[in-house]
Amino acid sequence: MSLPIPKSNAQAALTLRNVTKRFNGSAGRVTALEDITLDVREGEFLVVVGPSGCGKSTLLSLLAGLEHTDEGAIKLGDEPVHSPGRDRLVMFQQDALFPWLNALENVLFGLRLKPGLSDAERLESARYYLNLVGLGNKEKARPHELSGGMRQRVALARSLAPNPRVLLMDEPFSALDALTREQLYGDIQAIFTKRKKTIVLVTHNIREAVCLGDRVVLFSPNPGRVQQVFDVNLPRPRRMNDPALANLAAEVTTALSSHLTADKQ
Amino acid sequence: MKLPRFVIPTFIALAVLGGWEWFVRAGHVNDVLVPAPSHILQWFWWALFDQASFESGQYLAAIQKGELLPATWVTMRRLIIGFAIGAAIGIPLGALCARVRWVRDTFGVLALGLQTLPSVCWVPLALLWFGIREEAVLFVVVMGTLWAVVIAVQESVLNVQPLYLRAAQTMGSKGWHLWSRVIFPAALPGVLSGMKQGWAFAWRSLMAAEIFVVIVTGFGLGSLLNAGRELLRMDQVMGVMAVVMLVGLLADLVFFAPLERWLRRSRGLER
Repeated sequence: MSLPIPKSNAQAALTLRNVTKRFNGSAGRVTALEDITLDVREGEFLVVVGPSGCGKSTLLSLLAGLEHTDEGAIKLGDEPVHSPGRDRLVMFQQDALFPWLNALENVLFGLRLKPGLSDAERLESARYYLNLVGLGNKEKARPHELSGGMRQRVALARSLAPNPRVLLMDEPFSALDALTREQLYGDIQAIFTKRKKTIVLVTHNIREAVCLGDRVVLFSPNPGRVQQVFDVNLPRPRRMNDPALANLAAEVTTALSSHLTADKQ
Repeated sequence: MKLPRFVIPTFIALAVLGGWEWFVRAGHVNDVLVPAPSHILQWFWWALFDQASFESGQYLAAIQKGELLPATWVTMRRLIIGFAIGAAIGIPLGALCARVRWVRDTFGVLALGLQTLPSVCWVPLALLWFGIREEAVLFVVVMGTLWAVVIAVQESVLNVQPLYLRAAQTMGSKGWHLWSRVIFPAALPGVLSGMKQGWAFAWRSLMAAEIFVVIVTGFGLGSLLNAGRELLRMDQVMGVMAVVMLVGLLADLVFFAPLERWLRRSRGLER
């Protein structure tokens, strides 16, 4: 086995090159994503933000390997991505927890599929991550006995526990109320700072994007394209009502709406 | 003052039975065709125990030699075996239909058609194929159960939330693991209601088979009912009908209802 040769993008965890994805819709062939080229750096919190229909969820499915590109290539490190894998776990929009398992069993689900661990190690790891998201005392609770915020915390623990190289988040906060959401922003940032995980989050909430991302990639719809990339250099932990954050969010909003009006003309 | 819940239904039931009793005894109907409740009750007593053994104090032997319990046992055994076979074949077949498109488009469509076929239609074939034997009855019961189970399993597997599958796949679940740990648990409520339907169909088809065919290998409830018709003993016919209903209710009460309740509670669909 040879050592990987350092390249200009050696720091990239995920690389997307000229990725295009089309779907067969009722109105014929629809281009969901067109010519996306993007690098996700190792240890980076990248947020893809855009209005609905900009193909951001499709992008996440492609990264997860649940769908395939029509053109272009996606690589994780040097390996092409073509199927789902434990190295890229997904935290979904809502209620992807299995209702027939309790919180601990849900977290164990992915761990049990990870080879090379003893049952004791798996259990210990599951408990560690449940504690990390503050639900150490809810091991036995079934999903329906937990609040929406708690459920998403269990989902977070479930996708963190097998220690994936990249964590993909598909609008995980969209179904939550504002207070719970704000709390989770704090938790995610704490975990991100502590664990140095590479995270790709997609959302339609611009404030959320600016609050969480190291970089914010603005997508424009019809077809989905990279419109603009913003660097967010604010110190963590960030708060939603921070004025600097609000300014940056306003900047992203302006960029989006100017594009949308230009599109209509 | 609040009455316990059972008081009013009991009162109404007694009133209805009393009215029926009076109606028959007053001679408004022919009591050969419509027996009074008391006659049916009498038949129960008479059919439950072998009178000679009962009078000599051998109660256990009386029950064993009586007509009703052995007949019920014969029927129940046929039902349970036939249902078990039907479910054991139907569950994997339904899963296969859901998994493989061309199986669904061929066998699945056939199953849908056969499900609408009253299973008593299988009786002539069963008799020709198996003769007047236990296998013929079982075959009819299996045919009654199978298609309902196949369709229910197929539908509930196809209706499993795609989100569960996606989540499981990203965590590395596939093949048998995906089926046993995700698809089947997710489909379980639908599968259970399919089994319940299959059970009801099996029960109906078994009665049809037992009434139409005198099976020499065992004298079941259906045979008992038919014997009542031949002897013009409407108390026996109605008594057996009551037993058939009771067995159906009991099956639901002790088996399906608790299972469903547990399933719904553990998933938060009911409190």
